[in-house]
Amino acid sequence: MQLSSADVLKVAKLARLHISEADVQPTTAQLARIVEMVQQLDNVPTEGIEPMAHALDVHSVLRPDHRLPSLDRQAALSNAPQRDQECFRVPPVMGHDH
Amino acid sequence: MKLEELSALDLGRKIAGRTLSSREVVAYFLERIARFNSSITAFSQVCADLALEKADQIDRQIASGMAMGPLAGVPIAIKDILCTREMRTTCGSRMLENFVAPYDATSVEKMERAGLVTLGKTNMDEFAMGASTETSIFGATHNPWSLERTAGGSSGGSAAALAAGMTPLSIGTDTGGSIRQPAAFCGVCGLKPTYGRVSRYGLVAFASSLDQIGPLAHRVEDLAACLETIAGHDSRDSTSINAPVPQYTRLINRSISNMRIGVVREQIEHAGLAPEIRSAVNRAMEFLTGLGATIVDIGLPHSRYSIATYYVIAPCEASSNLARYDGAHYGLRADTKSLHGESPLEDMYCHSRSQGFGEEVKRRIMLGTFALSSGYYDAYYRKAQQVRRLIFDDYHRAFEQADVLLGPVTPTTAFRLGERLQDPVQMYLGDLFTVGANLAGIPALAIPAGNDQAGLPLSIQLQGPPLAEEKLLSVAYQLEQALFFQPRTANLS
Repeated sequence: MQLSSADVLKVAKLARLHISEADVQPTTAQLARIVEMVQQLDNVPTEGIEPMAHALDVHSVLRPDHRLPSLDRQAALSNAPQRDQECFRVPPVMGHDH
Repeated sequence: MKLEELSALDLGRKIAGRTLSSREVVAYFLERIARFNSSITAFSQVCADLALEKADQIDRQIASGMAMGPLAGVPIAIKDILCTREMRTTCGSRMLENFVAPYDATSVEKMERAGLVTLGKTNMDEFAMGASTETSIFGATHNPWSLERTAGGSSGGSAAALAAGMTPLSIGTDTGGSIRQPAAFCGVCGLKPTYGRVSRYGLVAFASSLDQIGPLAHRVEDLAACLETIAGHDSRDSTSINAPVPQYTRLINRSISNMRIGVVREQIEHAGLAPEIRSAVNRAMEFLTGLGATIVDIGLPHSRYSIATYYVIAPCEASSNLARYDGAHYGLRADTKSLHGESPLEDMYCHSRSQGFGEEVKRRIMLGTFALSSGYYDAYYRKAQQVRRLIFDDYHRAFEQADVLLGPVTPTTAFRLGERLQDPVQMYLGDLFTVGANLAGIPALAIPAGNDQAGLPLSIQLQGPPLAEEKLLSVAYQLEQALFFQPRTANLS
């Protein structure tokens, strides 16, 4: 496939990345080159091959259902860009009027 | 006495025997950091006071007759991607410039308990995404053997700090070669353990199914001692292997006369492999044959697809892992008050991420987001996972015929700073011989093998089946006895 500027803008939106108009073209060209490189995988016959997500044979690990201490609230909030007492503060999520 | 020429274990023995104090050793290396770091940029952060305080504490414990481990009082440098409560953890990114983790990584806790003294955090490619340590906000790390060249990456700082004699031991992480390739470029030893051997708890995630923490050192015995310290099961990492940790330091001196050493055809015959690196592999082969080992010809037919496989899987996992940087909980938040967009929250997400991440990180996030997006998932991500299994199966078959695989770490010696920065694909292709071990989850080790004509370090790689670290260490230990594998520190003035 050929990666287009529209694809790149869509991907940027999905990835929550802001991309300036001037950057769209060069970003598209660079990503297209990488996508072209990885497309050599098309040459490998893989029918019936089980996809491998992990090198280990991993299973869900369960522990006894005992209450254990977790990260202290103040410690968890210690890197918050903005906080409001016990909460992380963020810009308005709804009810915003302009 | 030139302490940078001693092994970490020798330093530990002298500290334990009180011929040297931990304070003297720590102060010695801090002084070298003060002298050389401005020209190398191996450290992103140095914690002199903290280190000296810790050294004094160890000295007091030793004086009081307390039983200590073999590395007690020995300094270590930690890659700036492992969480530390007492130092910032930046990942070389504007995003985490001021981040102080509220907890220590398990490996950091273990080193602390073993009495190792942290000198500081080492420089790296932003979020470990790179092979040259050029994308850090702290600037590029320079190769101590040739300052206009890269130290490799992403653990470039950890390797350069050793080569410059600024630490006797360091910790790196390896997702596609990030311990082994900088070790190769800087002429030091580096070990990527089996996936799951070392807990990843507190390691800032890049590609969770590939990331692994490991040691870098001048001496093989130091790799063994350090791995012994940090390995082991951890209930806080559900992928950590629940198997006993061998006493690697006691096992490395075993005879290797009955070992089968596999030489990977696709690697040794690769057209892009520098002739001097090929010769180094051949020298290693001859030396091991002389010790009674058998050389076996091995094929890894799918290894030619390992780069393409890796550069789908790693970015996919990265795009998911790095979604956590949203400007809300920690890390950089952009000031978007003046934007008046439709959604102030979305604006905050997008602009925080765009300002906090550098070019290569954004590129990989976008690549991963693309490969995982609706309509492309099967063609890219699923396909790459299938080829990953084929690569894994190749290794599995290889280890039926050979105990250890021998080959190069990199196709070339250290390249020039800036040379590959504008061409990501060119940068990625350099990972050709290293990414396979990460995709298959197997242990792999880089050991210096002399210098080329220009004086740049040469290196060879050993790969082994899962949990065969002691085999890799035994072979490396034998190689180290040969003159052309002797470790050295770059001569700086």
